[in-house]
Amino acid sequence: MENKTKDQITIDDSINKEYEYGFVTNIEQDTLPPGLDEDVIKTISKKKDEPQWLLDWRLKAFKYWKTLKDPNWAKIKYPDIDYQSISYFSAPKKKKLNSLDEVDPEILKTYDKLGIPIEEQKMLSGVAVDAVFDSVSVATTFKEDLAKAGVVFCSFSEAVKKYPKIIKKYLGTVVPYTDNYFAALNSAVFSDGSFVYLPKNVKSPMELSTYFRINAQNTGQFERTLIVAEENSYVSYLEGCTAPMRDENQLHAAVVELITLDDAEIKYSTVQNWYPGDKNGKGGIYNFVTKRGACRGKNSKISWTQVETGSAITWKYPGCILKGDNSVGEFYSVALTNNLQQADTGTKMIHIGKNTKSTIISKGISAGRSQQTYRGGVSIRKNADDARNYSQCDSLLIGGDCGAHTVPYIDVKNDSAKMEHEASTTKIGEDQMFYCNQRGISEEDAISMIVNGFCKDVFNELPMEFALEARKLLEVSLEGSVG
Amino acid sequence: MLSINNLNVSVEDKSILNGINLNVQPGEVHAIMGKNGSGKSTLSNVIAGKDTYNINGGSIEFCGENIDDLSPHDRALQGIFLSFQYPIALPGVNNTYFLKSALNAKRNFNNQEELDAVEFLKLIKSKLQQVGMDESYLKRAVNVGFSGGEKKRNEILQMITLDPKLAILDETDSGLDIDALKIVADGINKSRTSKNSFIVITHYQRMLNYLKPDFVHVLIEGKIVKTGGPDLALDLEAKGYSNIAA
Repeated sequence: MENKTKDQITIDDSINKEYEYGFVTNIEQDTLPPGLDEDVIKTISKKKDEPQWLLDWRLKAFKYWKTLKDPNWAKIKYPDIDYQSISYFSAPKKKKLNSLDEVDPEILKTYDKLGIPIEEQKMLSGVAVDAVFDSVSVATTFKEDLAKAGVVFCSFSEAVKKYPKIIKKYLGTVVPYTDNYFAALNSAVFSDGSFVYLPKNVKSPMELSTYFRINAQNTGQFERTLIVAEENSYVSYLEGCTAPMRDENQLHAAVVELITLDDAEIKYSTVQNWYPGDKNGKGGIYNFVTKRGACRGKNSKISWTQVETGSAITWKYPGCILKGDNSVGEFYSVALTNNLQQADTGTKMIHIGKNTKSTIISKGISAGRSQQTYRGGVSIRKNADDARNYSQCDSLLIGGDCGAHTVPYIDVKNDSAKMEHEASTTKIGEDQMFYCNQRGISEEDAISMIVNGFCKDVFNELPMEFALEARKLLEVSLEGSVG
Repeated sequence: MLSINNLNVSVEDKSILNGINLNVQPGEVHAIMGKNGSGKSTLSNVIAGKDTYNINGGSIEFCGENIDDLSPHDRALQGIFLSFQYPIALPGVNNTYFLKSALNAKRNFNNQEELDAVEFLKLIKSKLQQVGMDESYLKRAVNVGFSGGEKKRNEILQMITLDPKLAILDETDSGLDIDALKIVADGINKSRTSKNSFIVITHYQRMLNYLKPDFVHVLIEGKIVKTGGPDLALDLEAKGYSNIAA
């Protein structure tokens, strides 16, 4: 008998599958030379034909950013980033497209490889896709149907032109540029992103989805998303990402802001599969994202669901500010790390209004030599009478060289709060593997089955087509050369 | 069907099985009786291919082929089924999904068409009846929150669904009340044919009242010390293991 058991070896094989989506699309890019100063920001703003107030806001953010240092409190390690070596703007040269026919066939092919046939989606699934390729939207579909329903769904730059009042009113009100290092950087240099606006009583007739993809070499990606749901409106927004294989580390610092007024609901789902780096930790995306929602109205609800399998480093804490009475915040997360990936992720629930409620369900799967931390903050403010929180953080370890850590912060300033916290750490046991194998189920299928079972509570929260995609993603990340 | 020759097994330098010989023909039911620690579960795990044991000598043949180098997965596909003494829980894994995957893996291996969801549901419903389980079972996760009796019935349900050539029942009777015991025994009896075989591992004679084994073996300290017909089990019950060994 070898030192390692057979099960162990097959588990190792299973999780060593190379990144499937590593390829580069050749498209002419309109790229700024690397470097960051006021002139770069002015150029970005000018290229996008922005109003003066937005340029001023960018410059203020930049000034503030220069006073800050990289945050170092997370359990992640990476070499210092040279922000002067990054190019801050990159857009495909071909623009102004009226239909998919005008989209560069290279881009369409890329989507095909990713299993995202836009045209099929357009015809069959009824999902409107605003495809963001690098930084500028190149294909927008289903606009008319949405417009009929009263839903505004467009790129951020378009929104700046068409809906300046709404942008001015809400931009930076949930995540101010002073929030943190990466939010400040994003505010200064953001290139594009998505904007969704739901007027009073409008329920979006379809799920909205945007696929982000980092393509240009050495180009930081700084997306900015703003979703505003007025009284009694509803939208479900899906965001999915994959990136081609690269040797250089790429920085991604997005900001997402959600706002719900009285009785409104936003459901925001993410499937993130950016290039995680190779087996030795070379390359991969640095994903430093600030996502936050504000339930400003009473009875409003914001729900974050995320499936994070990619990136070399993930630093992400989608949170909710529960200001409106009876408002509800939810966070459902599956994070899978492998090889030398690092993830420090979790959520922040801030209870301000009365009778506010939050639910946190976090499932972390660590394999290889990866390190994963759940970091969650629940804060019950003084006037938040009868606030409730339920937190559940489960970790699943595959193999003996990985790590899982749980760091829950709880801050309660009101005696009527009800808090529940559960945490568990388990290993995929040899016994579970043997049981599945003994029933004729292969190692690969058994791991996939056990991991999917572990994540079930979260997958149940995903919209149907995303749940399938998430399952596929986990399988891709876990599949191996076995059999 | 199964032929074990002079099998010697140890765990961490402690020898557990000391020269086991066992021959099981198609259509036969063999009972193996023994006290705790006599090596019963080790024997069943080793036949199923669990690799946490050191095989120091001897060989196992299944259907005329040496299976010493086959993984548990391959042995299962070839038709060896182990009903676990302590069935394992798989949180979040739905029973229907689990059993359908297992059955289709086997059908695939045998070059049979996989069953689709509708066909499988029809099959599983008839099997459920045989072991006296209701359909709510199908929606539950594998062995999660199951009572001891439910777990054992689940093992039998899996067995009759997968229809193995050789089924090893490792103390399937322990922890069962008399009604459940009857249902389990009945499930086994109904699946008996002239082509399949059973090895029933048990502490007690009561299961054998329902199963009618062809052979009873007494296992003491990793050795089969005595082999006989059904009467041997009654003898054991009356006299105890120490007197049998003498």
